[in-house]
Amino acid sequence: MSAAEQTHFQTKNEFLSFVLGEEHYALDISAVKEIRGYEPVTKIANAPDFIKGVLNLRGDIVPIIDLRIKFNVGAPVYNEFTIVIMLNVLDRIVGIVVDGVSDVIRLNDDEIRPPPEFGVAFDSRYLQGLASVEENMVILVNIEHLISSSELGLFDTHNQTGDL
Amino acid sequence: MSIDIEQFHGVFFEESQEHLDTMEQLLMALNVQSPDHEQLNSIFRAAHSIKGGSGIFGFSALGEVTHVLENLLDKARTGTFHIDTSTVDLLLETVDILKQILDAYRDQDPLPETLIETGKKKLEHVLAGQPAAAQQDSEKPDDDDFGFFDDEDYVSANADTDDFGFFDTETESAQASNAGAEPNNNEFGFFNTQKTNQVEAPRGVSDSDSTAPKGTANSVNNNASHKSSSSIRVNTGKIDALVNQVGELVITQSMLSLIGEQIEGALGEKLQSAIAELQRNTREIQESAMSMRMLPINMTFNRFPRVVRDLASRLAKKVELKIEGGATEIDKCMIEKLVDPLTHLVRNSIDHGIELPDIREQSGKAASGTVILRAEQKGGNIVISIIDDGAGLDRQRILEKASENGLVASHDMPDEDVWPLIFEPGFSTAAQVTDVSGRGVGMDVVKRNIEALGGRIDIESRAGSGSAFYIHLPLTLAIVDGITVAIGDQIFVVPLVNIIESIQPASAQLKRLGSDTLLHIRDQYWPLVAIHELMDVDDAVTDPTEGIVVLLQSGKQQFGILVDNLLGQQQVVIKSLEQHYRKVPGISGATIMGDGKVAMILDADAIAYQCRPAYQEEMLA
Repeated sequence: MSAAEQTHFQTKNEFLSFVLGEEHYALDISAVKEIRGYEPVTKIANAPDFIKGVLNLRGDIVPIIDLRIKFNVGAPVYNEFTIVIMLNVLDRIVGIVVDGVSDVIRLNDDEIRPPPEFGVAFDSRYLQGLASVEENMVILVNIEHLISSSELGLFDTHNQTGDL
Repeated sequence: MSIDIEQFHGVFFEESQEHLDTMEQLLMALNVQSPDHEQLNSIFRAAHSIKGGSGIFGFSALGEVTHVLENLLDKARTGTFHIDTSTVDLLLETVDILKQILDAYRDQDPLPETLIETGKKKLEHVLAGQPAAAQQDSEKPDDDDFGFFDDEDYVSANADTDDFGFFDTETESAQASNAGAEPNNNEFGFFNTQKTNQVEAPRGVSDSDSTAPKGTANSVNNNASHKSSSSIRVNTGKIDALVNQVGELVITQSMLSLIGEQIEGALGEKLQSAIAELQRNTREIQESAMSMRMLPINMTFNRFPRVVRDLASRLAKKVELKIEGGATEIDKCMIEKLVDPLTHLVRNSIDHGIELPDIREQSGKAASGTVILRAEQKGGNIVISIIDDGAGLDRQRILEKASENGLVASHDMPDEDVWPLIFEPGFSTAAQVTDVSGRGVGMDVVKRNIEALGGRIDIESRAGSGSAFYIHLPLTLAIVDGITVAIGDQIFVVPLVNIIESIQPASAQLKRLGSDTLLHIRDQYWPLVAIHELMDVDDAVTDPTEGIVVLLQSGKQQFGILVDNLLGQQQVVIKSLEQHYRKVPGISGATIMGDGKVAMILDADAIAYQCRPAYQEEMLA
């Protein structure tokens, strides 16, 4: 396949970029349900500290997780600029707390470079790649892998049908 | 094209299931001595609808069996075949086979081939015995004639399409009606006994051959429209979505009334009266939405005449089943989940309760025993009773079995403490394991199933005069009556069913045992569960004398939880935590409060279970 053909078959992917501490991240925009300000949540007993609790999203009880705590980036402060991105992943709704949402970026496949093996807070399993946008390095997160990972423990994997 | 048709499969399976259920109920209700023509017609129509559908969708095995069944039923309804009890048995068997075939098609499992073959053979065998049976029926010469012609026709009809066979019988009758005035009258007399909306069609058929297809088509249409006017089929997901949305509306409304209270002056008054109106409207909408989830409990009860009939004949007992309050409505989720526990209890009543006819007569009772299956609404609960007039529970045997199993039992225990022993795991007083009893579903499972539905089960029994099981269930699984309590900065909901009472303890009532605190009230020690630790709440009251102790009961466990304050009693809509998160220990679900915040619903059973080892060990030590 020639280079020209390759360009022809390229698809533009849209990502929502957000900020955690000093770092720029982005995730596939099709997983985003909505973006809203941070509101107080109801604590869940005996949950890890990065799971802030649950809130009522129009009748759905939705867990809110703070990736800053989980991956130790930046300081987990909650103010009027703190943003929650509501995600729709694998038929579930999960909210993630971020320091800010910056932009929607469009990337060609060839603009996405493979993720480094080390050097970022996220395990490379959860990374889709890296991209440069206006001098900044943006880390593309594979949000589906991250949210459904056993590391976050958001989903009951073995106990779903177990005894109640 | 095939994809187009597949989307109707679901509807076909559902409808066929309903037709089979109808057939079963009608067969059960059929009076063998003088079968009601309309009933026979309904059975026939149900079979015919299934056959038609299976032809369209290419479910040939289903079509083949229904075809033979239909032939038999057609003869029965035209009076050329005399139905007796053994035929009804065979027909019921066939219905069972059809159900299995239907399930196999639905689940895309291999078809029960041997079952289909034997089922078909049995039917064909009965059909083959037909001419003899018809000739014995020599009282009606006309019928005899018909029987003969019909037979001939069916032979060819079997080879041809099925509808052909159906029309042929009509043609036959048309010819017969030309032959003489006498049979003609008979003919009309017969058709007139059908439902009024069907009279038109058959008349057209007997007038001339050419109108036959039209006439039949009309009657089918009439049937369909008759059904659809009374109810429509709605996906349950849509109803659940509606119930959820209405729940949202209720929350928005209560947020609005909170805001409305803060507005003063004439405008505020106007707003408040409008909000009061809105409140009434939303409540009514909520009730209507909830009522859509409700179905008559007959959906469950209707299977029992069959269960009782089969079981009684197998055990050589005479049992009459009385169903009362079948129109009582209950949450649709419970309808399905009640089947197993109820079946078990009814089977138990017949197997263990009702005595054999001669024994009953010896003890001065009617030879035929009675089992009453009753549903009624009492307040916010549904009570289902299974009452028999049999021998009653065997106190002696239960106590023996209990001590065998190492349970705490003594002979001076009152009856009300003895009966619940049968709910212990591994408890079966059946001396021999038959296929009726000891099928692995013990009374402990019955109790667990009922409790999983948020209900409880009580027993009354008197030796010699029978026993009664009362199942108390909440009206719906979607709403729970609860007390809202504050623990630290969080609000929790405690289900009302678990609450015995709330008290403010004095320090003299508190005893310490190891690391646990016990509360001494009215000669009883109640372990205090440190709920704020369990629920990981900061800033909660830890000194029982400063807070309020809510005494809870779950099964046999009784304990108290310490809360800061009682906030109020309200009905809350239960929301699942598992939908977007996971199960949380000690929490049965969540709900949304008036201000839009989420509150957790405490699961008393799970808390009792979690805490049991700790304080029981302490108490034994």
